[in-house]
Amino acid sequence: MHGISKSFGGVAALSDVDFVLRRGEIHGLVGENGAGKSTLMKIIAGLHAQYHGRMMIDGREVHFRSAREALAAGIGMVHQELSIVPDLTVAENVYLGKQPTCAGMVDWRTMFAGAREHLASLGIDVDPRARMGSLAIGLQQLIELARVLFSGARIIILDEPTSALSPPEVHRLFEVLRAVRAGGRSIVFISHFLDDVLAIADTVTIFRNGRRIVTEDAAKIDKGWVIERMIGSGHEDLEESYTGAIALDSKPRAPVILAVRGLSAGRAFADISLDVRAGEVLGVYGFMGCGQIELARALFGKLKSTAGTLTSDGKALRLRNTADARRAGVAFVPESRRSMLFYQEPVYKNMSISVLGRIARLWLKPATERDIARRHIESLSIRPPTAEALLQSLSGGNQQKVALAKWLTWPPRMLVLSEPTRGMDVGAKEDVVKIVRGLRDRGLGIVVMSTEPETVLSLADRIVVMKKGRIVREFAGETVSKDRLLEVA
Amino acid sequence: MRSFVSNQMRNIAPFLTLIILLVFFSVASRSFASFDNAANILTQISVTGVIAVGLTFVILCAEIDLSVAAIANATGIVVAYFTLQENYVNIPNVPLPGALAIVLALAACAFLGFVNAFGITVIGIPSFIMTLAMMQIGAGISALLVRGQIAYAVPSFVATMGAGSVGGIPWIVVVLGVFLLAGHLVLTYTRFGRYVYMVGGNREAAEYSGVNVKLVLGAVIVVSGVCSGVAGMLGVAHFGSAQQNEFDGYLLDAIAAVVVGGTSLFGGRGGIGNTIIGLLILGVLNNGLDHVEIDSFLKILIRGLILLAALIINVYVQSVRESERTGSP
Repeated sequence: MHGISKSFGGVAALSDVDFVLRRGEIHGLVGENGAGKSTLMKIIAGLHAQYHGRMMIDGREVHFRSAREALAAGIGMVHQELSIVPDLTVAENVYLGKQPTCAGMVDWRTMFAGAREHLASLGIDVDPRARMGSLAIGLQQLIELARVLFSGARIIILDEPTSALSPPEVHRLFEVLRAVRAGGRSIVFISHFLDDVLAIADTVTIFRNGRRIVTEDAAKIDKGWVIERMIGSGHEDLEESYTGAIALDSKPRAPVILAVRGLSAGRAFADISLDVRAGEVLGVYGFMGCGQIELARALFGKLKSTAGTLTSDGKALRLRNTADARRAGVAFVPESRRSMLFYQEPVYKNMSISVLGRIARLWLKPATERDIARRHIESLSIRPPTAEALLQSLSGGNQQKVALAKWLTWPPRMLVLSEPTRGMDVGAKEDVVKIVRGLRDRGLGIVVMSTEPETVLSLADRIVVMKKGRIVREFAGETVSKDRLLEVA
Repeated sequence: MRSFVSNQMRNIAPFLTLIILLVFFSVASRSFASFDNAANILTQISVTGVIAVGLTFVILCAEIDLSVAAIANATGIVVAYFTLQENYVNIPNVPLPGALAIVLALAACAFLGFVNAFGITVIGIPSFIMTLAMMQIGAGISALLVRGQIAYAVPSFVATMGAGSVGGIPWIVVVLGVFLLAGHLVLTYTRFGRYVYMVGGNREAAEYSGVNVKLVLGAVIVVSGVCSGVAGMLGVAHFGSAQQNEFDGYLLDAIAAVVVGGTSLFGGRGGIGNTIIGLLILGVLNNGLDHVEIDSFLKILIRGLILLAALIINVYVQSVRESERTGSP
């Protein structure tokens, strides 16, 4: 690929990128969120048809307009979210869309035998009659990979293939990838897990801010070298940078609001123990899929935990639903505005919904609701400044403020924020930091979940790092920096 | 202005439909436009109307209750079962004082509604399937109690409410008015009513705001069961008999009234005002078609077509709103 550029609505996602993938090579692609690696791969896989620059395969110039065209040219992609059909058998998944037929009927015998043979050639030993959904996630992923290979792909793009896998599963995936490489096919391996990338890749390319920074032989580099180049010197971009060390102002003696012990929920996370303290912001950092989104939901009673306890004021806390959590003084702002706002309702109804029980027992008091809304509109400078405006008429940033305002009327004891600054511009991010600090200083216990190290570093007084559903490290009362976070995650 | 019209389309379209129907039948038939006939129409929609009040709650939450007619039938039969019947009625019934019979009948419909609510919220059966099963259960209870016979007597209070009148106004119309008013007050001015709209508008957001969504859903299903039960008792008194399959047509009529009136099948939009318009449209249509020279078999087809048109408007209005929402940042 040569001189590839791509922009979204005036924002450059990729600028003048060259990228070379050789036959029989595993090419690791690393960079922070938004560095441009996914955008480049989507161009290759035909998911973005509009871009500048040229792309050549085997010396022939190509320009894909759809994933179908890319697939026809031998390019397949395995996304982080698998696209398997859990209710069909393994064989049906492998042959999805092109089942062998005999006189118009599906030829099951050929299909099962063919699937078994194909999987065995990759070293995957699994019953082709098994239901896909009954298999472990690692096997499902291998089978999806097998399907992409089976469809004739010569270039396979793997997006975060190891994020949900246990160490033995990662090991098995690598075995399969090596077998694929030995067959002369090429693999692009996108991952946040630098250890995994360095273990399997022949070549590593690092992206930062839409540019290719460097491509290097994997044997010659180590993790520290990669992190240094991923983050950069930190002064190139306008955005507030936290490459320097941050001293965490932890408050180990502040009273514990919520004690979490051994909390587990299925595959999402396991054996999580942490304390939420009054007047302290606890940051939970981890890569996409590390389980922190689920942990946030479990703390708000939305997701049922399968083991472990929550204790508040020395009493066990059982959260059967979100109403229980609200009554216990827990508030939650999810990562997506869409899932917490009522777009067809006026602003004041959006703000009062979570405190309605305090305002009115039986009969509503709309005048009180509007007063409360007007107070928030003024203090958060929401535009337009009317309580009656329909939520859908507000801009995104103002909608986010409304989402936060829901919980500010009678501040809860504990506030869980999931990705509070995702997709915001610098100004809006600063507003959020200001609001969160203000709440902390009023004595709330705050938990911030994020996949962006900057978000956690800018907000947290104490940080725990999650990796594959478990807490791997806690930083308290010490200095920490972005590369330290990236290193342990 | 355009956005005002598209916002109010849900209310305007049914209202226009009603006006057009009224004008059409007034012109086409000499006997249609009279005070007596207006009273007729109101009486004819009363049983459907009381069912539709409960169903409005359910549909506002983006759920459905298919068991309303079956619960109405079962409740009507229960109240007759506990009333002393004439000698020639060959049902092994259990005569009780009228007040007790009414209380037992109310308890029965509340219980059936509660079973629905339990299945939907605790076990997690989709309301469409759960209430389909309850439809059969209600029919089964009706069948077991009357065993193919017909009961006639109901407690005198129920008989008055269903068939009596006060100052020229049938009591059944008064009861309908009370239910519509109560439904409107609850939906518009109480905390529970607000929760109903919010759960229907965005169930996930309601949950993330700490609303006990399952409790709200359970409650609307129970409300629907109780409204159906009351409608069943009124109906039995109004028709003068309690028997199997008596209310079979009322399921579709009640759903049609709510939806034709403009309450969104996707939840969160509409209300009792819409249901009133919907009831009047159905009532005027049914009554008006009897006043004009028309093939009585064609009537059924025309009703179907009107319902289809209303559904198209209902879904269309929703999709216009959706595209407006995603179109704006």
